[in-house]
Amino acid sequence: MPVTQKLRNGAWRVVELITTPVVPADYLDVIAPLRNPTVLRARIEAVHRETANAVTLELRPGRNWEQHRPGQYIRLGVDVNGTRLWRAYSVSSAAGRKDGRFTVTVNAVQDGVVSGHLLRHAKRGMIVNLDLPTGDFVLPSTPPAKALFVTAGSGITPVMGMLRSALHQMPDVVVVHSARTADDVVFGAELRALASSGRIRLIERHTRADGRLKPAELASLVPDLFERDTWACGPGEMLDDLGSHWTDAGAADRLHVERFRPTVLVAGDGGTVAFERTGTVADAPAGTSILEAGEAAGQLMKSGCRMGICFKCVLPMREGIVRDLRDGTLTTVTEVDGANVLIQTCISAAAGPCRFDA
Amino acid sequence: MTTLQRKEVNPIAHLSPEDIEQIGRELDAIRDEVLAVRGEKDANYIRRMIAVQRRIELGSRALLLFSLFPPAWILGTAGLSISKILENMEIGHNILHGQYDFMRDPKIHSTTWEWDSASPAEQWKHSHNELHHKYTNVVGRDNDLGYGIMRVDEQQKWVPAHLGQPLYNFINACFFEYGIAAYDLELGRNLKTKKRRSNPAFRENLRAVGRKIRRQVLKDYVVHPALAIPVGFLMGNPFGAFLGTLAANAVASLVRNLWSHSVIMCGHFPNGVETFERTSITGETRGEWYLRQMLGSANISGSKLMHIMTGNLSHQIEHHLFPDLPASRYAEIAPKVRALFEKYELNYVTGPMVVQVASAWAKVFRLALPNRKAAKEIDYSIPPRHPAEQPAGV
Repeated sequence: MPVTQKLRNGAWRVVELITTPVVPADYLDVIAPLRNPTVLRARIEAVHRETANAVTLELRPGRNWEQHRPGQYIRLGVDVNGTRLWRAYSVSSAAGRKDGRFTVTVNAVQDGVVSGHLLRHAKRGMIVNLDLPTGDFVLPSTPPAKALFVTAGSGITPVMGMLRSALHQMPDVVVVHSARTADDVVFGAELRALASSGRIRLIERHTRADGRLKPAELASLVPDLFERDTWACGPGEMLDDLGSHWTDAGAADRLHVERFRPTVLVAGDGGTVAFERTGTVADAPAGTSILEAGEAAGQLMKSGCRMGICFKCVLPMREGIVRDLRDGTLTTVTEVDGANVLIQTCISAAAGPCRFDA
Repeated sequence: MTTLQRKEVNPIAHLSPEDIEQIGRELDAIRDEVLAVRGEKDANYIRRMIAVQRRIELGSRALLLFSLFPPAWILGTAGLSISKILENMEIGHNILHGQYDFMRDPKIHSTTWEWDSASPAEQWKHSHNELHHKYTNVVGRDNDLGYGIMRVDEQQKWVPAHLGQPLYNFINACFFEYGIAAYDLELGRNLKTKKRRSNPAFRENLRAVGRKIRRQVLKDYVVHPALAIPVGFLMGNPFGAFLGTLAANAVASLVRNLWSHSVIMCGHFPNGVETFERTSITGETRGEWYLRQMLGSANISGSKLMHIMTGNLSHQIEHHLFPDLPASRYAEIAPKVRALFEKYELNYVTGPMVVQVASAWAKVFRLALPNRKAAKEIDYSIPPRHPAEQPAGV
């Protein structure tokens, strides 16, 4: 190891001693939250309203950010009423912007806690938490000569990221986009401008007037359908329909899909509890704590007071719903939360199938 | 004090089992009210508190670089004392209770937080959250009753060594954070036999405490004093600067230790607080658990600033009823809790800090001596319990 490196490490250890028991970055957070080397955050630099129900956030990411590939999404952690909730949003800006910023476009979903919050309260200067870009719904490094994008609603966002990044490399692009009305089309003005200048062929479908687009109709709208590499993003039903249509035509490998709506969990009574590391599966009826159910199934469980006060029994839940046995409160966790929601197993009962990282 | 079960006059004789369960339901309702509004305000509160504490600490540490100037030394030491108190009480204690776990912020979470104390958070959580808060004031189960070195209840057996307990208590107060670390390790018990001494779990805990203390001591008594040397050098007295900052750190730690010791003594030792027999908690219901917390804790009355500096442990009763609710909410619910005490004719023990500290110290002195008269037989019917549930042969 070079001497300078050794000196630097030594100096850093002294700095760590200055700030013990917390790490130096915790003090840095008080003044420069984007400089933290271990926690990735971003500052909202601008908020653009797209439609009545959609808003684009321009984000300046902090240290250790990595460029996205067009079409990828990020997880955004937003504090809503004091609690950090994570949701996935597609990056809608072109890759490789000079100012290092990127945008995500948030569509308000019905009863959407996070999207609703961002639509109403997002403003310049707000700090959000984020994860590195991920997802394989991307364009190949050499974009195809003939491309088709089939999108609905907010499904246009990753496709917009692709068009903004690589349209200059794609001579023949067809975009078939469904939205309730013409006003509901996110990026409507930009898409129509691209269409009128002849850069893309845009087919807008307004479902309130014309109903949902069926795969069979696509063939008449886009005659060379199966000659094109196709990217589709929208509600699960639409993707299922497209999937079987492409499979029937023997062109399944030309279709790339992105499902953006996670499974909706509905609270019931009791459920199976899976401990994924050990493979133990416990049956946890309503009224039985997950701690007791786990112990009964032979899972080695940590426990303390067994009455909800000491927090020793907490386990990270990957997905599921639990009900607090004391007051009935429900806690819902989905994959997007990234296994960082800790559940007090001694006072929580399963309210549906649950999966734990334990 | 004498355990509730051996008292001449039973203070809860007027409560029926139904009353006790009703008290539990009414307390649950108060808890639900807080849960319904808990949110952004609480998250902002703790974040602001952390930011304020860190700024006070950075400012004080910066002043102490110039520890050779008396005004800088005085201000820096005062600031550092305040910062250490805030860090332990309003921030550390409350975060480690999981009061802010609802935020799902990995930086402010009971499972990740570490505090400026000799005892590692993990060990303190076990002895405090898991044992003290569950077995509050149960003689023989709750080691907070005298911390294993003192006799604070008539039912604890007297031995001649207790004659020295006023002195032990004073020494413990001065080095309170180390006392807590020893207590969390159950040092007295674990050093007794060779088997316990060589228990791998105990040895691992011991090593963890050693690592923690080493870092804490290096920080306060070596690294920060050393940072004052350059300024001292310019003024021709580097050694004086080092010693000045070292003294400042020692004074700030002492102030923090004396303060937190006093606050904690006020929580369960003053007059009017009840203790309980070990047998009385077998098969305890939620209502009975709540009742034990109500009878076993004492508040400190005072200003908002006093409440913040005690980490809201001045609302010890509310804290013991709802240890996982954000502490800054205790002041809000205190009137409702107090009304409940009055409704059920229970004694809400509270008083100014000076009075409560004096009351607690008086007990330490009084119980240094053996009891004057023999204790009454245990009354197994308190809290009211069906005879079939009484433990056989006790």
